[in-house]
Amino acid sequence: MSGFFSKERITAGNGYNRWLIPPAALAVHLCIGQAYAFSVFNEPLTRILGITQSLPEDWKLTSLGWIYSLAIVFLGLSAAFGGKWLEQVGPRRTMFTAACCFGGGFILSAIGVKLHQIWLLYLGYGVLGGCGLGLGYVSPVSTLLKWFPDRRGMATGMAIMGFGGGAMIGAPLGVTLMKHFHSDATVGVAETFLVMGTVYFISMVIGSLAIRIPPPDWKPAGWTPPIEAKKMVTRRHVHIDEALKTPQFYLLWLILCLNVTAGIGILGQASVMIQEMFKGGISPEAAAGFVGLLSLFNMGGRFIWSSASDYLGRKNTYFLFFALGTFLYSMLPTFSGEGNIVMFIGAAAVILSMYGGGFSTIPAYLADIFGTKYVGGIHGRLLTAWSTAGVLGPVLVNYLREYQIEHGVAKADAYTFTLYIMACLLSVGFVCNLLMKEVHEKHYMKHDEVDDPLQG
Amino acid sequence: MIKSEQPQSESHAVLLVLFWAYVLIPLGWGVFQTLKKALALFH
Repeated sequence: MSGFFSKERITAGNGYNRWLIPPAALAVHLCIGQAYAFSVFNEPLTRILGITQSLPEDWKLTSLGWIYSLAIVFLGLSAAFGGKWLEQVGPRRTMFTAACCFGGGFILSAIGVKLHQIWLLYLGYGVLGGCGLGLGYVSPVSTLLKWFPDRRGMATGMAIMGFGGGAMIGAPLGVTLMKHFHSDATVGVAETFLVMGTVYFISMVIGSLAIRIPPPDWKPAGWTPPIEAKKMVTRRHVHIDEALKTPQFYLLWLILCLNVTAGIGILGQASVMIQEMFKGGISPEAAAGFVGLLSLFNMGGRFIWSSASDYLGRKNTYFLFFALGTFLYSMLPTFSGEGNIVMFIGAAAVILSMYGGGFSTIPAYLADIFGTKYVGGIHGRLLTAWSTAGVLGPVLVNYLREYQIEHGVAKADAYTFTLYIMACLLSVGFVCNLLMKEVHEKHYMKHDEVDDPLQG
Repeated sequence: MIKSEQPQSESHAVLLVLFWAYVLIPLGWGVFQTLKKALALFH
């Protein structure tokens, strides 16, 4: 069995079509992206005992909120610790493990719902599912970077776009299945978890079976590496442990963390925010449409921005994210004050596209700075920035809003200060990006130390 | 250096189309569902 998962077994033969690798990555990312849509289960989970309405013994939304938070924390932890393991064992074993964790997490959660034991949901979707998220997220990224040395941004953009798209599949699928299984005896959540866990497990296993790593010294036909090294794109490699000793790693950590925090500032509050900022002008249905539109821009931005970064350069791309993001965030209260809904929606959509772009461009930025040999592991460690932002971002936004309302600020105006804070965070990110430069000579691996962890 | 993308066998090309369809069809369905929801914003 270990041979089946070995790197030797999944090394591609001559003439293997590299365009088979992105759908293998997408097969995993489209599944784990469901995490963004977990909120569709929140309300039905508060009626497990009462079925039609919540009983006092039913779970509260505050308790259920921990499931998603745990999943995001374990996403970061498993990516950080599993990244180095991925470099040792290769992508097939990691993707298969991710499939077992994510699918298994759903099934354990289904048992938790049936037995009405919330700790099983924390352990299932939160801990086990979170580990599946982290391992699944990082596993195809370094492989894609090796298959597409000529279009690193586009390659990672395709996979990470899948994570954004996964929510668009997961949300309607979850709702449809719950409707199908709903009866007088059940809200249908346990049955839905069971079906989704099985479907996601199978799909992720298909991805793990299809993944291949390129043979040593492989390069795309007709492509030769540029003779003159580009500025801020190294051809050398930094070891995964050595990367943590560089200031560049921490600058990139901050860049990702600040970009995610700012994006969550809008994404997490979008529906309520637009209704309160345009009192009477936006119905709850239209607000749901606004959330949908933002999801589309979040997904599209992942592919478009990271593909554009192949031509613009990573540093320039993040320069745009932070400069334009700071401007647009600081303009949102003005658009709201003027009652200019079109400009407000347009600005929020561009901000969300850059939020998605920030996720998908970061692996290529890491590969440019640290080389491709250990980029999977380094990327995994950097994803702790996402966990941090995923937990602290909403807390910061909610706290600021509540604080202002408690101090007599009108609900419609309570977001203004929050949006300015988000603009400030992005301007800090702008400075971090400006400080990015090549890694110091001493951190690079010497020629005889370089052993490709993914090839042979 | 090993060069890729040499002439592919027909079965390889079919596999490529099938595999892309396998991921793009559910993604297209998800995008369509989201677009339908997003249209409410413009009514």
